[in-house]
Amino acid sequence: MAAAIELDGVTRRYGERLALAEVTLTLEEGQTLAVLGPNGAGKTTLLRLLATLLRPHGGQTHVLGHALPDEAWAVRGRIGLLGHEPLLYRELSARENLRFHAALHGVDAAAIETLLATVALERRADEPLRTLSRGMVQRAAVCRALLHDPPLLLLDEPRANLDPAASELVEPLIGRASGRTRVIVSHDPAGALAEADLVLGLVRGRVALHSSAGAVDAAAIAELYR
Amino acid sequence: MSDSPPIRTVVGALLRKELRVELRTFESIPAMTLFSVTTYVLFHFGLQQNQVGGSLASGVLWVTLLFAAVLGINRLFVADAEQGGFDGFLLSPADRGALLLAKGAALFLYLTVVEVISVPAFALLLLEPSLGAAMPGLLAVLALVNLGVAAIGTLVGALAVRTRSRDLLGPLLSLPLLVPVVIGAALSTTPLFSAPARAMPLHWLVILALYDLVFAVIAFALFDYLLED
Amino acid sequence: MYGKRLRGLALTTAALLTLTLLAVFFWAPNDRTEGFLQKIFYVHVPMAIITLSGFIAGGVLAIQHLRTGESRWDLRSYVAIHISLVFGVGVLVTGSIWAKAAWGHWWVWSEPTLVSFLLVMLLYATYQPLRFAIEDPERQARAASVFAIVAGVFVPICFTIVRLSTAYVHPRTLDNISGNLPGRMQLVFWMAIGSVFLLWLLLWRYEMASKHTSAQLRRLRQLLSEDDEALPPLRRSAAPTVEHAGIAGR
Repeated sequence: MAAAIELDGVTRRYGERLALAEVTLTLEEGQTLAVLGPNGAGKTTLLRLLATLLRPHGGQTHVLGHALPDEAWAVRGRIGLLGHEPLLYRELSARENLRFHAALHGVDAAAIETLLATVALERRADEPLRTLSRGMVQRAAVCRALLHDPPLLLLDEPRANLDPAASELVEPLIGRASGRTRVIVSHDPAGALAEADLVLGLVRGRVALHSSAGAVDAAAIAELYR
Repeated sequence: MSDSPPIRTVVGALLRKELRVELRTFESIPAMTLFSVTTYVLFHFGLQQNQVGGSLASGVLWVTLLFAAVLGINRLFVADAEQGGFDGFLLSPADRGALLLAKGAALFLYLTVVEVISVPAFALLLLEPSLGAAMPGLLAVLALVNLGVAAIGTLVGALAVRTRSRDLLGPLLSLPLLVPVVIGAALSTTPLFSAPARAMPLHWLVILALYDLVFAVIAFALFDYLLED
Repeated sequence: MYGKRLRGLALTTAALLTLTLLAVFFWAPNDRTEGFLQKIFYVHVPMAIITLSGFIAGGVLAIQHLRTGESRWDLRSYVAIHISLVFGVGVLVTGSIWAKAAWGHWWVWSEPTLVSFLLVMLLYATYQPLRFAIEDPERQARAASVFAIVAGVFVPICFTIVRLSTAYVHPRTLDNISGNLPGRMQLVFWMAIGSVFLLWLLLWRYEMASKHTSAQLRRLRQLLSEDDEALPPLRRSAAPTVEHAGIAGR
């Protein structure tokens, strides 16, 4: 069975700089990868590359058994990205946004109601997003990311803007218990380590740390951010 | 293996979203319409004419509509760029061409709505001969002009939106490309607006249609490259 | 690698240019109606032809860039359009001079070639501002290539449409271009085209060599310095960055 993610010497340039340099990792299905590192290390670039939004400039990239960028079309519908931006239209309501994304993904709209109920947004699902709080918008974004039931989740600080109650609500959807393969970018090393199987530390685009979560000690983490 | 949903569904969803956002924000249509009417007034004062006919009428009408169209082109992709619409679309398995079709259709619709008000306004304020007899020919020209603007405008809009000076580049890029459209439109309607009205040169309609076709095809072929990051 | 045959090309170009100029002034017969000033035609028309070909070449190179994704095609396309823009200014200036000589005005709307040229130049003048306005190098290159292709298609279409819309007031120009020239004039005309073409090619290769050399220099500096961040970052530029300038390294 192919691994969920297989990267071998992947590079991505930005002009004359290397945003990602020789990144190699393997992530099995159902596992969680925590990506840590200081600002500008390339964490978001890596996430966007896995999401097929950026194409790799070198090395081998395989996501869900398909090679990128050539077979990106085959994996697009099976990845859920939850980043800093909710990727939703402010003038439309949560329900309208989700119906729109359901149409884009070719997914039945039935899943929308279940998701809205899980994140406790049904009451305000018909109001324009610009009238909702940041936390509610984030919850709507979670629905968007999960609408098409993706086996692979790419999360960029998913719990930012969520209060503890809301965090609990989304946990079964994006947490470990969901059973999905996950890649989490986080600025909270302790929190990320707690729910990860593998850890990847990036510094200036290069892999500075790569081990299973259990085998990592605080000193190595601190070293990343120095 | 994700199947791409049928392009009809995707274009429909995109267009509905587009129209919904426009109806709630009124960012394009009112501005374009008001701008065109104000421009007619400007022309009255600039040309110091109470009424225009023939080639002067053609010129005023088409140049005004062109500048109004440029306003629309500038706004076409702004909401998507600012609210992560591109990413949201690119993450889905939907066919990229659907976005071009939907945006082009939206721009065509906006222009049509603007013209429903603007052309009668023009007839009222400035046009010397009556509009009645010229209508069928004028409608044909308007349709072809809107098509050309839709094709070129969508391409230029996508090109300019993720740049730093998008409000400047939009007009600078689209105006030269739209000059042939103005040529075709003006040469077609000048006889219509003359007193006595003459027949419309059909070959210019054909040329205009061909121009639209060429750039629609090119826009469709190149659009994907503009969406990628 | 672009600098190698520059010297030979430069000498050949200089030789042919000199020969052509001599031929224009001393060998080609004076035009019956326009007289001596008609000779600017030998500069204006070849320059126009080469400039337009250069723009279209830029579009073809851009197609290659989009197809292969290799940035060297983008550089070639950029330089082609850049050189053609410079030549284009020359075309407009010489065209204006010729208009003054032939028809008494610095600008005439009845000359479709001149009008089309102005339109094409107005479009291509946005090429560099467009590039400059996009910071991400890869997006910049891709947007530029899309533009170059659209503009390249626009060139012949624009000429056709403007020509169709202009009343033929001065058919003389068409006669001249369509090869309806008497023997000597035709020979000098072709010599002129040849020299302008070589000049364009020379400048193209020169600019390519110049860009590659700067990139190599920068790369060497980067390799020699220990620290990754030692070099000041490149200024925002409309020109494409040259990668891996032929030097293997870390």
